Parts: sequence; structure tokens; C-alpha cells
Amino acid sequence: MPLAGNDMLFDLGVVQNDSSCGKSAEGGCQGSCACGSETAVDQAGIDPVSAITSRRGFLRQAGTISFGALTLTLLTGLKPEDKDPDAAAAAENDGAVDGVASAEAEDTPLFGFLVDTSRCIGSGKCLTACRTENDVPEGFSRTWVERFIHFKDGTVQVDRVPETGYADSGLAPIDEDNVDRAYFVPKLCNHCEDAPCNQVCPVHAAFTSPEGVELVDADRCIGCAYCVQACPYGARFINPDSGVADKCTWCYHRIMHDELPACVEACPANARIFGRLDDPHSEISKRLASVPTSVLKPHLGTHPKLHYLGNSQEVI
Amino acid sequence: MSDVPFVFPNDVHTPWSIMIVLYPYITGLVAGAFVVSALYHVFHQEVLKPVARLALVTALCFCAFATLPLLLHLHHPERAFNIMITPSATSAMAGFGAIYNFYLLLLIVEVWLEFRPEIVSRAGTHTGIAGLVYRVLALGDREISDRARRIDSRIIHALAVIGIPAAVVLHGYVGFLFGAVKANPWWSTALMPVVFLASAIVSGIGVLIILYLFLSWKRGVKPDTDCVRAMSRYLWISLMIAVTLEMLELVHMAYEAGEEWHVIKTLLTTRLAVSYGVVQVLIGSVVPFFLLLIATRPRLNPRVMSFLSALSGVLILVQVFAMRWNVVVGGQLFSKSFRGFVEYPLHIGGREGLIAAAVVLMLPCVALAVAGRLLPLLSDDHEDNSDGPVNDRVVAPSLTDQHFTSTARPFG
Repeated sequence: MPLAGNDMLFDLGVVQNDSSCGKSAEGGCQGSCACGSETAVDQAGIDPVSAITSRRGFLRQAGTISFGALTLTLLTGLKPEDKDPDAAAAAENDGAVDGVASAEAEDTPLFGFLVDTSRCIGSGKCLTACRTENDVPEGFSRTWVERFIHFKDGTVQVDRVPETGYADSGLAPIDEDNVDRAYFVPKLCNHCEDAPCNQVCPVHAAFTSPEGVELVDADRCIGCAYCVQACPYGARFINPDSGVADKCTWCYHRIMHDELPACVEACPANARIFGRLDDPHSEISKRLASVPTSVLKPHLGTHPKLHYLGNSQEVI
Repeated sequence: MSDVPFVFPNDVHTPWSIMIVLYPYITGLVAGAFVVSALYHVFHQEVLKPVARLALVTALCFCAFATLPLLLHLHHPERAFNIMITPSATSAMAGFGAIYNFYLLLLIVEVWLEFRPEIVSRAGTHTGIAGLVYRVLALGDREISDRARRIDSRIIHALAVIGIPAAVVLHGYVGFLFGAVKANPWWSTALMPVVFLASAIVSGIGVLIILYLFLSWKRGVKPDTDCVRAMSRYLWISLMIAVTLEMLELVHMAYEAGEEWHVIKTLLTTRLAVSYGVVQVLIGSVVPFFLLLIATRPRLNPRVMSFLSALSGVLILVQVFAMRWNVVVGGQLFSKSFRGFVEYPLHIGGREGLIAAAVVLMLPCVALAVAGRLLPLLSDDHEDNSDGPVNDRVVAPSLTDQHFTSTARPFG
């Protein structure tokens, strides 16, 4: 989507065309360039030379253009998604992505994620893969796996699958005879359609890519942490190294190169399924169409694109 | 629900620090102090005349530093202006730039107009650096004729009228920031902006009682008994409204007993037991309620009344700070898993530590002290003033009296 402010500036025309072709105020455009200043003059009905040489005219023009640009900037807010998708992609992950997202609009994929909790074995491979792939600082997580244990006395224990394995985790051993059932639940950003993080971000740093991926513009984020507070899933954090909001991006830099997210690729049990929601033949589309699935905290109306298969009601 | 605590890994960190407690605390003082000045300028409560100017300057001094805690909190303060240059229309926080700047400008203009007679007269009588300061403050306008002051008075009145909804927006918006976070059941309530507003008024009156009595004591001047009593009554009424709203919110939450109530109940009875139950409710609300009830008795010894009012003011300021703390910090003490709690590490040093917070709170007081050296903050100051043609100050009140003949004293 073109920037509305630029359209208006070019409609107002005169000064922009002049500067773009580099003509002098005295000499005007000599017609050797393709600036189209004659057309612009005709449309705007203003003589560019007199507009520039007359102080009053110049100030009037400059004032009009400045006011128009400022107004439109404030109204449109220079949303990152209005920029070239390449730029949006480059803004994410320190510019690791370039060029891939410039697909034609009709070919732009819409991604989704499905977690099959019945398949997760709590290996923790996804956790180390994510931390390595995305250089996630210690003490913070873009993804984690919860372990739910339902005991026979009705109590439920929830803890986290340790990234280093259970051997040295310090978790108390479980007496299997007291357990009704147990399962693992991988968690990550829900990439909501109506994302609260997007809504509350005051500077458009939290935004949705054309592919439906929630991203952070690291060059724009002021580090206020309002998005961290607004996320119902605890999926966001302020990266202590960069000072900006950080979160799972479904490995945007990988998926835009037709690769799978690192966690999906590392999962030995196919518990994490990633693919195109707009392709009816993709595995995720077929699974979502054929079996009942759920999302987390549906009452909040965030409409996640992260779906769960076989989730218990205790999982929130 | 789980019987064993579990916290989402990123919830271990509490991203909003004491600086985010200070921000609504300071803007609350601004809004509350402005309301007191508006009671005089707009609602003609002549009994508040002794503190009307003090209220206005207090509002300005605190407003001038309201952004400081935010800048200390931001991880990228150098990008702070993004919030004004590229604001997001869907973000409540993005309204900050427009609201804050508008209100600050309004306060500056109103304070300047209010003190113009003194500024102009002193610009003519003072020499050296002081004279230079007054000449700069005069902004080249030395006109303080009756006609000029009449115009000033009208503008002051208009600004005070505009300032009331502006103060409501300034502080109600802060409450909305929290009330609109649906992810957090401790914050997410439509009552939040109103609760913030009510406690803002309470804190504003509280700080003015303390400042007025302190300045009177420091100058060896007997405080205006009627004024202190009136402020105490306003404080008592505001306190009742604020506490009622705060309790209403809690009772509603408890009565509905939604799925998150168990975590709120545990929060209040464990992590916030002292800061909410003891400080905010008992020491900060119940005790001042009775103290003010006594302080506002008509035939009470003025010195006792002043003492009780001042003590209530201090307790009220503690109450409002505790309320901000319990909202901001309390709302981060439980995980969004609703299965576990975390700790807020209050550091002593550092950008968001206790010392920095104390400095942030001190700076408006320093500004107020400087303003007190430059300008007569109390109404009796200008009457004792011997700096040149001081009868100019008489113009504004007399004009006000002409226009608004009310001598209402709301509580006798």
C-alpha cells in the first residue's frame, strides 16, 4: 500500500519535482529530466519559479506542504506495514531477511501453526533450537513447553520442560501410580489476528506482516513494555541486550526462504505443524478442517493463528 | 486450576518499575491541584483564594516533571518522540503526547497570566540577574492596565474552564492505560479511569494542605482557618468517593468471582496484604477519614485542626502512592498463567531504583521552591509585597469579584 502522505506530496507537487530533478530555482527545469514538473504545474495551477522566488509564495508553499505532510503523517502514523515488505522483513531480526517477502500480493502466503499436544514428548529439542536460532538471551523464552500432571487426588501440577533435559533439572520425581494423566503443551506467540500487542503499541513497532506474522520493528520500538503487559500469553519480553520488545516470529527469516521454523524442524515427534492456512492442501489446513482444535484464552477475542489439537481445559 | 505454582517464563520479569508508579502519582497531583485552583477560578469558592495560586503553580511544577519517570523507564528514551511523530491511532498510550503537551501549555499560559502583574512590576523595579529573569518572564509585554488585566482575567477563567476536562483527560487517560489491558484481570475494569481520577483529586488536595501549612509556618504567617477547614472538607468528601470506588471495584470483582478471582484474592491476602490492606485501606483511608471528620468540626482549635489536616494530608499522600503501587506493581506480581506469583525487585540504585525515584519526586518540590522565590505563591504574599506598584495584583481578584459575586463557602 503506497504511503498516503507521499501521494499528497506529489499531488501538491512543485517543490518535490523540482528537488527530484535538481533544477535551480532561477533556471527551472530545462526539460532534460523526467520530473514532469510541467504536468505538476498544470495540475496545481502554480508557477514553480514564482513560487520559489517569491518569499511569500515560497513560505505559503512550504507551509502548505509541511502542514499537509505533518497532518498525514500523524493520521497515518507511517505504519511499518505500509512500507515495502522487504523493509518490514529487514526490520525484524536485525535485517536478517531481505528480498523474499516481495512476492506478488496474490502469492502472499498466510501462515498458521498447529500444536498436537498428544504427540509432544517433552524432548526440549525445540527449545534449544529456538534459543540457538534466534539468539534468545538466558532467562527469557520465545517458546517453552509446559508439563501438566493430573494426580489421582484431583490436583494438577504444571512445570516447564527443562532445556537441558530432566536429568539435572531439579524437578522432583513423580510417582506414576498417583498420576491419572500427563501431557506436554508447547507454548509460543499466538500470532493473533486481533493482537493486543499491536493495538497498544504507541509507535507501530508491533505490527503484522502481510503473511500474518506478528513482528517487532526493532528500529522503532521505544521499549515501553506496554505490549508485554498487553499480551495475554506471556509471549513477549524486553530483550535485555537490544532494549526492545522480543518474541517468537515463527522464524520469519527462515519461513520467507521456504524453510520451517527452527522449533518445527527440530521437533522429533511432529508435534509442531507449520504451514500455509491459505493452501487447502497443506497439512495444517487439512488437520484444522478435519479435527476439532482450540485456541488459548478464546474469551479475550484475540483470534490466535496458533491452534491446539487435544488441549485440556486446564491449559491457558 | 493448578494447586502447584507455575509462572510463564517471561512473567518472572516485572517490566514496569517504580517509575511507572510515579508517573500516575505525579499526574494525579497535577490534576488534583488544578481542580483546587479551578474551584476558585471557575466555581468561585472564595474560601480557597489563599491557595488558588499555590495550586496552579504546584500543578505546573509537577506537570513539568511528569515525563521524567517515563523517560527513565523507557529502554530507548532517545526514541521517545516517536510517540508524537508516529503515533498509533489504536494505542491509548499514543495519546500521551497530545494530551500532556496541551495540558502543560495550558498551565504555563495560565500561570504566566496569573502572575503577570508581579512579573511586570518586578521587571521594572529589580536589577541584575533577578531583573533580567523578570524581564524575560514578562515576554516583552509590560501592559498591566485595568483593561489588560480584565482581558487576562477572562483568559484565566477560560483556561481554568478548559483545564478541568483537560485534567480529567490527562489523568483519566492514565487510568485507561491500565483499565484497557484485558490480559490483566487486576487492571481490566472500566472503573479504573474513574478510580484514578478520584484518587488524583484526593492527592492534589492533600499535597496543597501540606504545602499551604508548611509555607505559612515557614513564613510565620497564621494560616487561613476557613481555607484549611474547607480544604479538609473537600478532602474528606473526595476521599470517601475515591475509597468507595476502589472498594466497589474490589467488591464487584469478588462478588462476580470470575475464573481469575482466585489469583486476585491470593494476591490481596499475601503479596499485597500490607501495601493494600494495611497501608492503602487502614492507614491511608480509614484513619484519615476519622481524622478529617474531627478536623472539620467548626469550633475546633485552629492549631489542632491544622495538625489533624496536615497529618491527614500526609496519610492521604501515602494512601494514593500505595494505590498506584498496588495497581502497577500488584498487577505484575502474578503470572498470566494465573498459577503463580513473582517478586518485584525494588533496587536502591540504578535508573529505575529507589534513589532515582526519590530524586524524581524531589525535583518538582525544588521547582516549587524556586517558583516561591520568584513569585508570591500565597495570596497574602502580594499584599505584603513592597516591590513597587503592587496594587496591580488587586486588579484580578477584584475583577473576579465583580464578575462572580458568589461568596459561597461550601461548608459554612
